[in-house]
Amino acid sequence: MLRDRDRIFTNLYGEQPWNLAAARRRGDWDGTRDLILKGREWLVQQIKDSGLRGRGGAGFPTGLKWSFMPKKSDGGPVYLVVNADESEPGTCKDREILRHEPHKLLEGIVLAGAAMGCTHCYIYVRGEFVREAQVLEAAVREAYEAGLIGRDACGSGYDIEVVVHRGAGAYICGEETGLLESLEGKKGQPRLKPPFPAQVGLYGRPTTVNNVETIAVVPAILRRGADWFASLGRPNNTGTKIFCISGHVNRPCTVEEEMGIPLRELIEKHAGGVRDGWDNLLAVIPGGSSVPLIPKSVCDTVRMDFDALREVGSGLGTAGVIVMDRSTDIVRAIARLSRFYMHESCGQCTPCREGTGWLWRMMERLARGEAEIEEIDQLWDVTKQIEGHTICALGDAAAWPVQGLIRHFRDELERRIRARKSRRAA
Amino acid sequence: MPKVTIDGKEYEVPAGITVFQACELAGIEIPHFCYHPRLNIAGNCRMCLVEVEKSPKPVASCAMPVMDGMVIRTDTPMVHKARRGVLEFLLINHPLDCPICDQGGECDLQDLTLFYGPDHSRYRENKRAVADKYLGPLISTHMTRCIHCTRCIRFLTEVAGVPELGGVHRGEHMEITNYIERALTSELQGNIIDLCPVGALNSKPYEYRARSWELRKTESVDVMDAVGANIRVDSRGNEVMRILPRLHEEVNEEWISDRSRFACDGLKYRRLDVPMVRRQGRLEEADWREAFRAIRDRLAGLSGDRIAFVVGDLACCESMLLVRELAARLECPHLDCRQLGEKLSGRVRAEYLFNTTIAGIERADLCLLVGTNPRWEAPLVNARIRKAWRLAGLEVARIGCPFDLTYPVEHLGDSPTVLEAVAEGRHPFARRLEAAERPMLVLGAGAVARPDGAAILHLAHRIAERYGLVREDWNGFNLLHLAAARVGGLELGLVPGEGGRDLAGILEGAARGEIEALFLLGADEIDLDRLADAFVVYLGTHGDRAAPRADVILPGAAYTEKNATWVNTEGRPQRGRLAVFPPGEAREDWKILRALSEALDRTVPLDTVAQVRARMAEVAPTLSMVDAVEPAEWGPFGEPGPVSDAPFVSPVRDFYLTNPITRASPTMRRCSREILHGEAPPEEEVALSHG
Repeated sequence: MLRDRDRIFTNLYGEQPWNLAAARRRGDWDGTRDLILKGREWLVQQIKDSGLRGRGGAGFPTGLKWSFMPKKSDGGPVYLVVNADESEPGTCKDREILRHEPHKLLEGIVLAGAAMGCTHCYIYVRGEFVREAQVLEAAVREAYEAGLIGRDACGSGYDIEVVVHRGAGAYICGEETGLLESLEGKKGQPRLKPPFPAQVGLYGRPTTVNNVETIAVVPAILRRGADWFASLGRPNNTGTKIFCISGHVNRPCTVEEEMGIPLRELIEKHAGGVRDGWDNLLAVIPGGSSVPLIPKSVCDTVRMDFDALREVGSGLGTAGVIVMDRSTDIVRAIARLSRFYMHESCGQCTPCREGTGWLWRMMERLARGEAEIEEIDQLWDVTKQIEGHTICALGDAAAWPVQGLIRHFRDELERRIRARKSRRAA
Repeated sequence: MPKVTIDGKEYEVPAGITVFQACELAGIEIPHFCYHPRLNIAGNCRMCLVEVEKSPKPVASCAMPVMDGMVIRTDTPMVHKARRGVLEFLLINHPLDCPICDQGGECDLQDLTLFYGPDHSRYRENKRAVADKYLGPLISTHMTRCIHCTRCIRFLTEVAGVPELGGVHRGEHMEITNYIERALTSELQGNIIDLCPVGALNSKPYEYRARSWELRKTESVDVMDAVGANIRVDSRGNEVMRILPRLHEEVNEEWISDRSRFACDGLKYRRLDVPMVRRQGRLEEADWREAFRAIRDRLAGLSGDRIAFVVGDLACCESMLLVRELAARLECPHLDCRQLGEKLSGRVRAEYLFNTTIAGIERADLCLLVGTNPRWEAPLVNARIRKAWRLAGLEVARIGCPFDLTYPVEHLGDSPTVLEAVAEGRHPFARRLEAAERPMLVLGAGAVARPDGAAILHLAHRIAERYGLVREDWNGFNLLHLAAARVGGLELGLVPGEGGRDLAGILEGAARGEIEALFLLGADEIDLDRLADAFVVYLGTHGDRAAPRADVILPGAAYTEKNATWVNTEGRPQRGRLAVFPPGEAREDWKILRALSEALDRTVPLDTVAQVRARMAEVAPTLSMVDAVEPAEWGPFGEPGPVSDAPFVSPVRDFYLTNPITRASPTMRRCSREILHGEAPPEEEVALSHG
């Protein structure tokens, strides 16, 4: 369990004010200037050494991503874009940072910006986050007035402009290139890669897109040292992580914990345990709606980090833990997710546009048992036709929950079909 | 050059190309829908997925650049499964209406389904239906068939420069639409019908009228402007059903303008299909012999000095050669092919040609348009300028004719006095011309048809010389013609001979009674009110403006009805081919003139097309070099003189109605009313588009 002294987000629950004075008392903006002055190589190397992996879902090593940015400036703008379009069902970690710890994010922006030579930073905030955006905007104003961002940020001689941009609430605008399109004022549709944003990003300029949590932990890493961060968790899965536990638990919560904490410990220590006890657990979606569910037998022992969850056929994703007990209609639950992906598919590429609707319709029928046994294989086949064939990862995200269902609950699907058949025969 | 391995064989391919292009070079066909070599890459259909070693997922070959050492496989179970999967997805919501779909038989989706698709449907849910959209008089929509490849959006945005289509809504509700129920305004919009890989966008005039396999396909040349776009004439029986573009990289790439594509229904209406002779003030049907006799009677005893010939905009070189030969035998010096009144002498070839060539525009770095609206005068030249601006950063400035050309244009002024200032180096633009590496100037035909046209031509010549527009490997002086016939006429020397009158002189002479007999070879755009009592022989195709004024009408063949030569504005001779026969008694024009010469006892001894063309080559050697552009010698032209400060005006007032064929075309008339003059679309069609 995470010791309090290793906690990064000390105001995650808003017990103290979010403002600059309070943030400073918590240790934010302390010695930022000196950190900036250590130079780009040092900053990037620290993040590499810390083993920080992106907190937005894919878990790409952050230091490596930063190192893709051009080392020499050609005089034009270079962008850092913070992805605050948190829309993954079951996830509410960035929201807490935005409204209670905005200065951690802003300090992280200055340091990340300095590490990559960024001239501008856009923070793309999910449209529904109205209060959060207001807090963030006020924090940006405070930071500007205090000389922490803008020209000569923190007196270091480094210039970075920070702009808060509010989205209109489309899930796909949380995909990094879809976000860039939306930011440019276009329809939010992911771009083809290559070229990657580090070469051709926002307005055709080098751009790095990072998740809010990723950027917000940067100051702590730099202040306390890469070794400290790397000492938490397991190798390749280091540091702390904000987990969001929702569903059939006694006390749903958002909590910062050490990477690699056993799932059972996470649920029992922080969320008050599964409703009616651990044995009442049916399955858990461990990383936001996009990852395959894991049944109780796996939940008993699995650790919560990127590699451990990958080994059991799921993923850490955004660490939005959705707990379902035995009262859950698991087929309906996954069908509801399929509907979400159908609704949020941008419609650009064929497999996702056509496939997500097909998945949802088949799932609806399967939930009622109105299908043939062979259609389960067909459903599997359709998910495989979507997965890996699309421009962005939304296709995979739509396919995986259904695959998880078939993998672990095929019996339930078949039972429903047979039950309906026998009812009709009777 | 990177080395790649495709299906086990190693190839060396140019750097910077895509995996798709590399496969094409290797002769391996990759199925695709959204990819189009002339449009930006969208990568959305996912049909072109291939396997690349070390990549866990199949990659979209159209969007993936080749890298050295890449190992590409196009024939693996993974690839086949991906293709079958994508096709299944495209088909689940695609209606099974191929038997009534216009695209049937020439549909990419049909073809690829046959090769790669599943043999049965596993889809048990309801299919999607999408409301059709009203896109105007030219394009009908069946949006349920749309597979969202976005070629139409990309074409209008990138090539046509008129971004009137876009996508709305998300996911399976995504629709291609023009947002509002109003006609598209692009003059190149018909091309999206060809680009559409399915039957979502169809030709409205052609819809439900023929099946593609019933059509006879004839490769020919367009005459609606002076570009000479290469076309394919599709006919059934003796009717032209539709016209499609044909690939010619140097001329039209693979596009044609809407005038070229849709004016063909004008070939069916108001046709002159029987000779006519005016008797007691009324035009009456006659046979050829009577018509020739009427001409012979009127010409009897008339000296050549009292006869004149004027050639119109659509005439072919063969008929113009016969005009030349006949005029010579009648000892008539009064002949003019410059129906617009262009002050071109025809003595120096460089004077009247688009010397840079159309493809050459892409090499230019600065372009000055003088008195021309290329978007309406030559849409494909305008598209080429836009392409050069878009891909190579061509800078464009203009004098006169303020009009939205779909790319940024610096407007220097409206009148020839600005041109004079540039020619004399008094205008700041002169510095830009000096600095440019390959500058070009485009002089509109309308600019040299003004009363001060010869002086304007001279100013343009001065600019060309002063700023190095003409060098060993570059000729930046261009005359942009409007008429398909014009360059051919000038090459054949159809300008007044010694003591001859030009068009203005002929009209003046007719008004004064000095010209007693006038032959019009499809010349409908002249001032007919000034012909007074002159005896008018009209040889043409349509009962348009001049025919009602004629005393004898000789029905000729339209451009789809004869084997003939036209020379485009670059000086490129191209052959059109007979697709259908002329209607009724109408005949090929050169044969009519040949027969007439005999009836007048002035026989032109040319009996076959081969003989006519041999004679053409004697008169103008370049005409025998089909599809070649012979670079023109530079020399002096134009006449120094004062220029007026009257603003330049483009002679094309209405893009859709420029010649007798377009004026007879119901489609072109409707386009003019609806697209240019704001007439409301027919309610029933808008309603119908909603099903």
